[in-house]
Amino acid sequence: MPIIEAKNLTYTYPGGTEPAIKNVSLTIEKGDFVILTGPSGCGKTTLCRCFNGLIPHFYAGRLEGELSVARLNVIERPIYEMARHVGLVFQNPENQLFALSVEKDVAFGLENLGLPRDQIRERVDWALQMTGIEELRERAPHELSGGQQQRVAIACVLAMQPEVMVLDEPTSFLDPLGAQKIFEVVSELNRKLGVTVILVEHRLDLASKHANHVIIMNERTIVLDDEPQEVFDSESARLIGVGIPKATKLWVMLRQNGVRLGRAPVNPEEAVQLLRGVLQRDRS
Amino acid sequence: MIEVKGVCFAYPTGVEALKEVSLEIRDGDFVAIMGSNGAGKTTLVKHFNGLLKPASGEVFVDGVSTRSVSTASLAREVGFVFQNPDHQLFCETVEEEVAYALKNFGFEEGIVKSRVTWALNLLGLTQYRQTSPFMLSGGERKRLALASVLAWDPQVVVLDEPTIGQDYEQKEKLRQFIVQLNAQGKTVVVVTHDVEFVADCGPRIVLMAEGKIVADGDAKEILTNKELTFKASIVPPQMTQIFVGLADFGLPTDVINVHEARRILLGFLKEEEKP
Repeated sequence: MPIIEAKNLTYTYPGGTEPAIKNVSLTIEKGDFVILTGPSGCGKTTLCRCFNGLIPHFYAGRLEGELSVARLNVIERPIYEMARHVGLVFQNPENQLFALSVEKDVAFGLENLGLPRDQIRERVDWALQMTGIEELRERAPHELSGGQQQRVAIACVLAMQPEVMVLDEPTSFLDPLGAQKIFEVVSELNRKLGVTVILVEHRLDLASKHANHVIIMNERTIVLDDEPQEVFDSESARLIGVGIPKATKLWVMLRQNGVRLGRAPVNPEEAVQLLRGVLQRDRS
Repeated sequence: MIEVKGVCFAYPTGVEALKEVSLEIRDGDFVAIMGSNGAGKTTLVKHFNGLLKPASGEVFVDGVSTRSVSTASLAREVGFVFQNPDHQLFCETVEEEVAYALKNFGFEEGIVKSRVTWALNLLGLTQYRQTSPFMLSGGERKRLALASVLAWDPQVVVLDEPTIGQDYEQKEKLRQFIVQLNAQGKTVVVVTHDVEFVADCGPRIVLMAEGKIVADGDAKEILTNKELTFKASIVPPQMTQIFVGLADFGLPTDVINVHEARRILLGFLKEEEKP
């Protein structure tokens, strides 16, 4: 069942002469884990802002085409209604955090939903635990490191338990293990609770193993939309200059040398498995 | 070029960010400082241009203690590109931004002009000359911050997380650029989490954890050491992960980048897989 459907979405920011996204059509199924990637300035962030109605309701400008998210027509519904269904984690956590303690920041959205007190407490505890920041509970968000702030921002969205989570380069400020942990948390929410995830990410080496769907944008529109393996191993991904996972790249490079090992892996675990098969066959 | 001797530093909040850190960076070195969030990486490099002064211990830049000179005069020698470009940019146009420090350092107008043109061209920002820095994307702002620093030609360039927010192509360009800067004799210090980026560059790595330096050596030696990478919250490069998984076939396990991986596999795979 599709949870997001866009048809010929074209959007121009107020005062802009050219559209920031052009003729974007896509279908995202409920429960998908989507990686959305592409060169800087290709329109990824703009597209994300459409999913919860920030575009067109907050940014104004001109939006044409159709967009339905969680069975709601985004163009007609107000942001506060969309916000119950779609959680957005921004690139820069400083834009998102404002309370005097981490706990209060995470509780804020829940208070706005009008949830009972003990349920708020429970969800805050759960979200802090899931993101590994329980010990920061009493700290002021603006005094935390960039990586810690990003975890707080993610906890705020997690606590709302939205159907769709949109994360715009959420791990930019995190160290690799921190990033991996966030991807695992998000992946677990995706698998266990069926939350649909849209992750904007350049660090495909770490993220790609969790995804079942990859969308690549270039020059303000979608150019590739398929399973990870198909997308990463395609000629066009290389031409656009998307940083395909190193494991996939190894296959592509070997193929250039005339070594054909079949279907390319999208992560190191798969590569090990495939190479072990080849080496074992060679041995016998 | 930079000598850090037994430096301790604590923030007013009481957090001990550096605990007796000693380090020597020679002229022309290429060093990546890696480690988990909060390990003290940024605190350490802020000592290199006197932004922070040690609570105890001493930092020497080109033989001069950072205690005895102003941050402004150190900046001429040690250029600093911050993690968040918004902490660095403030002018009305991209052009003015790059010219600002040059004027402050007292360069002649003609030189200011030609340096601005040179730096913007180098970082692919020429088309934004008259644009406000705040209209640029995150990746572009980052490159602008780098352009402003390179314009005054410091001997040491410190980059705090240069690859954040950069897409693959920009990152690749940046990598070639940094390697080239270093090849031209500049001392380059990069604070980064980006393991694949480091694996492709192959610099000396200084690994930090909890305010201390826990390892200092070449990229290969450190990135393939499982205990060390874990200690510093680093995920080993994908090629290392692959070759560790193939160790029982007699393949080397100290592989960090895709080019050596290809070379090794081409030598190892039987003829039938080849044309």
